[in-house]
Amino acid sequence: MTRIDAKFKSLRAQGKKAFVAYVMAGDPDYETSLEIIKGLPAAGVDIIELGVPFTDPMADGATIQLAGQRALAGGMTLEKTLAMARAFRETDDTTPIVMMGYYNPIYSRGVDRFLRDARDAGIDGLIVVDLPPEEDAELCIPAQKAGLNFIRLATPTTDDRRLPKVLTNTSGFVYYVSITGITGSAEAEAADVGPEVARIKAKTDLPVIVGFGIKTPEASQAIANVADGAVVGSAIVARIGAGEAPAEVLNFVKGLAAGAHRA
Amino acid sequence: MANDLFNSFMTGPDENGRFGDFGGRFVSETLMPLILELEAEYEKAKTDASFWAQMDDLWTHYVGRPSPLYFAERLTQHLGGAKIYLKRDELNHTGAHKINNVLGQIILAKRMGKTRIIAETGAGQHGVATATVCAKFGLKCVVYMGAHDVERQAPNVFRMKLLGAEVVAVTSGRGTLKDAMNDALRDWVTNVRDTFYCIGTVAGPHPYPAMVRDFQAIIGKEAKEQMQAAEGRLPDTVIAAIGGGSNAMGLFFPFLDDKSVNIIGVEAGGKGVNEKMEHCASLTGGRPGVLHGNRTYLLQDDDGQILEGFSISAGLDYPGIGPEHSWLHDIGRAQYVSITDVEALEAFQLCCALEGIIPALEPSHALAHVMKIAPALPADHLICMNMCGRGDKDIFTVAKALGVSVEG
Repeated sequence: MTRIDAKFKSLRAQGKKAFVAYVMAGDPDYETSLEIIKGLPAAGVDIIELGVPFTDPMADGATIQLAGQRALAGGMTLEKTLAMARAFRETDDTTPIVMMGYYNPIYSRGVDRFLRDARDAGIDGLIVVDLPPEEDAELCIPAQKAGLNFIRLATPTTDDRRLPKVLTNTSGFVYYVSITGITGSAEAEAADVGPEVARIKAKTDLPVIVGFGIKTPEASQAIANVADGAVVGSAIVARIGAGEAPAEVLNFVKGLAAGAHRA
Repeated sequence: MANDLFNSFMTGPDENGRFGDFGGRFVSETLMPLILELEAEYEKAKTDASFWAQMDDLWTHYVGRPSPLYFAERLTQHLGGAKIYLKRDELNHTGAHKINNVLGQIILAKRMGKTRIIAETGAGQHGVATATVCAKFGLKCVVYMGAHDVERQAPNVFRMKLLGAEVVAVTSGRGTLKDAMNDALRDWVTNVRDTFYCIGTVAGPHPYPAMVRDFQAIIGKEAKEQMQAAEGRLPDTVIAAIGGGSNAMGLFFPFLDDKSVNIIGVEAGGKGVNEKMEHCASLTGGRPGVLHGNRTYLLQDDDGQILEGFSISAGLDYPGIGPEHSWLHDIGRAQYVSITDVEALEAFQLCCALEGIIPALEPSHALAHVMKIAPALPADHLICMNMCGRGDKDIFTVAKALGVSVEG
């Protein structure tokens, strides 16, 4: 059982929905970023999504792209992202960390080496945006063998015929992308999302978490109401980008988490 | 040899879109269903006689195909070696090979019921070709172009607008061709239900590399027949410039199984292929990676971050290359070399002076390599070079490089 599986088990026992927060590793710099992620669990975050900066984030909007650019400009790398996870683990051995990013930095490091390093660093799961089920042999299957969860995205264009393919080899949870679009763009509508989550849950026992287009505590609550949890990324990253101090950022996160936990 | 499927170089890609280890479908889940639909639609069209009849009709009457195969007599005399033929794809409507492929994709888009076309462009040639065909078919067209290219290719931007396209100046990232491709992919993910992404080169997720190659292969098919008519045999060397590599793949593909034919691709060497990476030579100076839907050779740093290329030619200014070229490179069927900005500029001027042809800066790179190898080759060695675009768009860039003022 990974930390992710354990977390969902405990949330279910408490009758609580999950709140997942995304931050870009190394944004605006290594030290500040580490301070923020260390504060996330106390702000109510159940699972941390740690973004790995990449020069060409094709599925992300301007907010996260700029965060990646800030991180890269500060010398952030995949190596340092792993180091940041290790540093987090020194004081927290229970909050799951999901690494989220694009395939090339992982491929460049070498899949086997990366998986060894990720496990040693205390990473629990991976979300790699540009690896659909058709490319499972690349990283998904080796990752599962190495004991990491491979979390897949399901989207509004994933029809019933395709859904089983997306769910096969998925573990930890299913990440439902609420809109056809990029991160930080259109707002997710709980009325549209609810039936889609139900459609997915009919085919899997895994928790279904919803992300993209969730920006406020109210939206976090509304979406968590119709799913097993909500993810917020761009709205948090935008505050880091605006230069807010870690305490202010974490205060905002607290509100979002409380929203999801009210559901 | 051509009938020996076990040893053929023309059977790729496999069912997963791979040429050896290269290619594939590295896209987000949102796009995956559409990519599969496009693949199915293309497979149907490929064997549909009415699809090719429509293509042939448009190629003949709208584009002006076949393009001539021209014996460059004075160039040949000047270099004093091999016999040099130019495949004149710069004479196509819109001034480059790009329209060969755009026509195919737009007809497919119409068959799929898509009403909105998006494209990325570097120098603007693919953007102009896409805007042109969209105007002809009455389709909405949005072209993504790096902000820096919008500035340095102003005439092409105005052309696209005249043709009714919306041109989006891309400022995300560093505002270059790869960022334009990122923004086009973002648009596609957002408008996936009514939008068709018309990719301009033999790159991107499967089936694009194979599909664009098949549409551009008309270049090589014609060249083979024309060389047969002119010389009664195959050329000894075929040669073309490579950015993403669509004009080259179009020329090379029909010759892949003709083992006697040397195949040479010419990459943009910029200021020279060195550790400073001031070039766009993905094969000579890069290593395999995954970007924009496919695995291929890429310019990247040790962390797998993508680097910006550098070239005097906006059309070659891309850090990747089509996956089939990566495969041909690794198995050794084609040879890849690089040419610097300075060498390309010399070739550009020589072609103007000796043949009365103003070449685009992209084929000027191929010509510069012809200038290097032709003198040492025997007089009966036949070279076929793809003159894939005309140079009108580049005169301001060339004037600047030569220190000449052309301001009115």
